[in-house]
Amino acid sequence: MCGEVMKLSGSEILIRTLIEQNVDVVFGYPGGQVINIYDTLYQHQDEIKHILTAHEQGAAHAADGYARSTGKVGVVIATSGPGATNLVTGIATAYLDSVPLVAITGNVSLPLIGRDSFQEVDITGITMPVTKHNYFVNKGEVLADTVREAFKLAMSGRPGPVLIDIPKDIQTSLYDYEPQPAVTADEKTAGDGDDISAAVELINNAKKPYIYCGGGVISGDASEEAVELAEKIDAVLGCSFMGLSAVSTDNPRFLGMQGMHGHYASSMAQHNADLIIAIGARFSDRATGNKAKYAPKAKIIHIDIDNAEIDKNISVDCGICGDVKLTLQKIIDSVDAKNNPEWIEKVSAFSAQEKEQLKLTSDMTPYNLIDVINKTVDADTVIATDVGQHQMWAAQYCKFSKPRKFVSSGGLGTMGFGLGAAIGAQIGSGKKSVLITGDGSFGMCLNELATAASYNVPVVIVIFNNGVLGMVRQWQTLFFDKHYSNTVLDRKTDFVKLAEAFGIKGYRCTEMAEFEKTMKSAFEDNGPVLIECFIDKDEMVLPMLPPGGSMDDIIVERLGD
Amino acid sequence: MDRHILSVFVRNQYGVLARISSMFRRRGFNIDTLTVGATEDPDYSRMTVTFEGDDAVKNQIIRQLGKMPDVVSISELHRGDSVSRELVLIKVRNDKDTRQDIMSVIDIFRAKVVDYGTEAMTIEITGESSKIDAFVDLVKEFGIIEICRTGIVALERGSGSIRNKQ
Ligand SMILES: Cc1ncc(C[n+]2csc(CCOP(=O)(O)OP(=O)(O)O)c2C)c(N)n1
Ligand SMILES: [Mg+2]
Repeated sequence: MCGEVMKLSGSEILIRTLIEQNVDVVFGYPGGQVINIYDTLYQHQDEIKHILTAHEQGAAHAADGYARSTGKVGVVIATSGPGATNLVTGIATAYLDSVPLVAITGNVSLPLIGRDSFQEVDITGITMPVTKHNYFVNKGEVLADTVREAFKLAMSGRPGPVLIDIPKDIQTSLYDYEPQPAVTADEKTAGDGDDISAAVELINNAKKPYIYCGGGVISGDASEEAVELAEKIDAVLGCSFMGLSAVSTDNPRFLGMQGMHGHYASSMAQHNADLIIAIGARFSDRATGNKAKYAPKAKIIHIDIDNAEIDKNISVDCGICGDVKLTLQKIIDSVDAKNNPEWIEKVSAFSAQEKEQLKLTSDMTPYNLIDVINKTVDADTVIATDVGQHQMWAAQYCKFSKPRKFVSSGGLGTMGFGLGAAIGAQIGSGKKSVLITGDGSFGMCLNELATAASYNVPVVIVIFNNGVLGMVRQWQTLFFDKHYSNTVLDRKTDFVKLAEAFGIKGYRCTEMAEFEKTMKSAFEDNGPVLIECFIDKDEMVLPMLPPGGSMDDIIVERLGD
Repeated sequence: MDRHILSVFVRNQYGVLARISSMFRRRGFNIDTLTVGATEDPDYSRMTVTFEGDDAVKNQIIRQLGKMPDVVSISELHRGDSVSRELVLIKVRNDKDTRQDIMSVIDIFRAKVVDYGTEAMTIEITGESSKIDAFVDLVKEFGIIEICRTGIVALERGSGSIRNKQ
């Protein structure tokens, strides 16, 4: 592969190095300090497709959605100053959810750096705490290797975003370039043998095991192993928000999402378990509730690729740092096969109780809307969401049978993430995507309708319009004496006309039958479609663990008015 | 709570100090001293970090540092098998009534006068932090004008090198 050395401009080296990494799509927005990079993109348009979004934040979310749905590194390009700062929310979103991203920004020429020049910001300083690593390229000679290293870092170990800031004079000057093969992630290794033996012993002694799948089960490609372990040791499985889609929702052992808005059965199972096996998870406060009261009867095993996660949020009985897939394989090979009929029976009782709590009606309720969405989509469809109640309903009720089919901002909870991410996920996966959004969140980044229209991206946008910032309002209802401070939207926005103004088909549904029909035809459409559905503003996301509460403080029913 | 010393071998890259100190700040780790300097190899620098905390804090700091791409290796230095030093410059009031007393303290501690004037003198002292603390305490009564401490530098005893650790 390594051919002769060429003298090329920095921007040519950048694009060629991206092509080296098999990048075929980038998302971005041009500007003065990346104009040379865009000129090079123009010359390489047959090799790299550039998706022009409406806003750099949308581009970052699109690259993120692309990465989440494919497992590949997403790439986003922005100009200096405001272009770069517009990426920040997107980069932070990717950071908190461990998504591999390479963000490329232009900057002013080296002699102008540090002088508050026009459109100069210290983007490496700004993004330091929200990137895995970042680079300010002050020598063109290292540009190609910097890009290679950035890709390697983004995808190795625990994935994450990496930013490369390239001053304009480096883009235009000539440097040596020698083609190289694409970089690969660092070699994966299983955890330490002694730690694995300790885990095996804990597992062999357990009678009530619960497997807690985090996002690392998806990024570590360990879905099959997690289920296999559950089957061998007769355990039940739950997941954090980020772990959704790791395990098929149809698997009878799978209790669903755990935590603040998790399923009753998974919360109760953790509370009663004698062993928690956490895989690729970080014991976020949203997933565990009050840590002091978390799983009081259980020993805890924690397997994670990131050593710093072990004992970070919760101190565990057995911490194993290693690739989750390889580690699980070793554990599966060594543990005793088991039957825990009493435990399974007990958990089934929790599940039965949970079903009773669900009071179904035929109205336009969140549950019914999602039920229709479940029945319309297929196994390959990516479900993206924004942030709020609609997101939690999606997390509770959407059906998944393959990993990487749920794309949502868990760690940062970024309203406005959904549309860009749904577009990126569609472009990455080549399959349909459905966005479940709220009237508040959608308002934050609806400009990306322009992108969906321009590239005719087949994404079905379903707005759960409750006229309110429902999630915040729910807290106000429960904990702030119904002081609805600034959470009632009741905007005058006509979402159907809005869609039409962007060149997209828009529909409004007020009845379930209508929604069923519209959803079906929208899903068959080969372009973007927006559907607005009205739901009651007082709908709540239940169950809910009150903040500071333990798993058995769970609120399951709407409190009396 | 114990006092810990970590020696951190880092790639001498753009912004490495900012990156590492930003990680300490953002994760709420309280650092007592942080020193950084060149090493035998211009591509690498060595940082010495001291802090107080229990083992959980220490382990988190080591693991968080270990994740950083610029960090090549980390070694924990224990009291018994390492040497640690701090250098301090102290400017104290010089006045003929106390001059003799100051000079005898300097003598006892094997400190050095590096600048001398009729109003003030600057003293240099090197040693372990406990010695320096004791010295500073003693000269306080003469009137300290200003003080500058380097923070702790430390090396493991014996023939090993941090470069051979992983
Ligand atoms: C960028 C951003 N700003 C503010 C918040 C705080 N927040 C969380 S949920 C929410 C309400 C979301 O409203 P909507 O999108 O209508 O969803 P709903 O809860 O009504 O389903 C708000 C304001 C946030 N998560 N992100
Ligand atoms: Mg709403």
